[in-house]
Amino acid sequence: MESKDSLCTVERRGRVHLITITGADDHRLNPTRLAAIRSAVAASTGAGALVIAGEGKYFSNGFDTEWVRTAPSHLHATMDGTFRALVADLFSLPMPTVAAVTGHAAAAGCALALAHDAVVMRGSRGFLYMSEVDAGIKIVDFFAELVREKVPDAVARRDQLLRGDKMTAAEAVRRGIVDAAVDGGVEDVVEAAVAEAERLAARGWDGEVVAEIRKALWPKVWSKVKDHGAGPAAPRPRL
Amino acid sequence: MCTLEQRGRVFVLTLTGDGEHRLGHALISSLRSAVASAAEAAAKAGPGSALVTVGEGRFFSNGLDIGWAGTSRARLGELVDALRPLAADLLALPMPTVAALTGHASAGGFLLALCHDYRIMRGDRGVLYMSEVDIGLPLPPYFGAVLRAKITSANALRDVALRGKKVKAAEGKEMGIVDAVYPSAAETAAEAFKFAEQLAARKWNGGVYASIRMSMFPEACRSVGIVEESDEEKRKHFASKL
Repeated sequence: MESKDSLCTVERRGRVHLITITGADDHRLNPTRLAAIRSAVAASTGAGALVIAGEGKYFSNGFDTEWVRTAPSHLHATMDGTFRALVADLFSLPMPTVAAVTGHAAAAGCALALAHDAVVMRGSRGFLYMSEVDAGIKIVDFFAELVREKVPDAVARRDQLLRGDKMTAAEAVRRGIVDAAVDGGVEDVVEAAVAEAERLAARGWDGEVVAEIRKALWPKVWSKVKDHGAGPAAPRPRL
Repeated sequence: MCTLEQRGRVFVLTLTGDGEHRLGHALISSLRSAVASAAEAAAKAGPGSALVTVGEGRFFSNGLDIGWAGTSRARLGELVDALRPLAADLLALPMPTVAALTGHASAGGFLLALCHDYRIMRGDRGVLYMSEVDIGLPLPPYFGAVLRAKITSANALRDVALRGKKVKAAEGKEMGIVDAVYPSAAETAAEAFKFAEQLAARKWNGGVYASIRMSMFPEACRSVGIVEESDEEKRKHFASKL
């Protein structure tokens, strides 16, 4: 079992708690990596804003299907449960959150980005891609809810989910899915996300109020994840 | 009333004749039959089908057969109830669906057009029109649900349902109701067919496609009577693919 240190790193830049998903691979989300990210999120206490970024070519390419293939079936729900827990943690975080989509974000990786308050994305490279329709995988209600609430435009949602459009940052900005496209390399995207997070932190908002407003804006997503988070970082298998 | 033909992997459903294609019991029945045949044939053929629906003449469909209903509320209620399962058939259809709007689509006809995944419309003439407010008929609940699912700009929804706006293709595109506009009926039909071929060529698994479509608007699906698949069933499907 890899140590969580090799799955993501944590640093503070000013008031911003920056989490970077590390590795030259495609940052697949399995219970171990998800637990590591949850721990990193939990370590944000005292910060004014949070950024999650990726290094290399990928933000995250989605769930670790290799892991699922080899894991006993009663643990499959664990991956879904741990992901819900991470989203619950992000939703109840008492500070603004910004996703720095530094590379490809597909399926659960795309959903993870959408679970933040704001999304900045690398302009020159990388796609936002809900790959499920092409992969022949049905979308569970919580994912669909996340896309429904964060991408309210019916046409954008249809093109994303039903046509599997691979959207560049410019396209995603045009459709209102992403807030800004950033020129340059990975580090430029991270800096832009941190700068945005710093601006949000500078507003000096009451963190608990931020969390409550967030839950009120996207209540259906919150209702589907709230029973999973707010507990120990270790995933609990659900049968 | 209607015909179904298969051209390659695309099923073409045509509302035949020069009339208004008013949705009465007979036409609704024929349409349901045709749609079911398409689904059955697609299931046998494997992944990679699509449906195009088109009306001959000046109309896609001018709505329910209110002529037949006359002053009978019971009859009108029957037609409203009869259309609902056809809407459900389309929303649950295991293949991409394209409405080729070569003519007017009003009320129930507009609803049917909205029940397709994509709308391709002629730009030179023809309107989309939710006429109920002008006629003095309330919207059946499932009409409201489908409108809310497909027209997500609040102002566009208001203009369509509460102002009885007659929407031409170009405006429809701006409002997010129409996906592509072509200058004539012939081009509209041809491009709609080509587009459907491109969708079919993606070779999406029909059951998965329908499941993802339904997950986009569960309220509308419930409203037309579709029973939602549980997350548990979806996960079993996922596990079975590994």
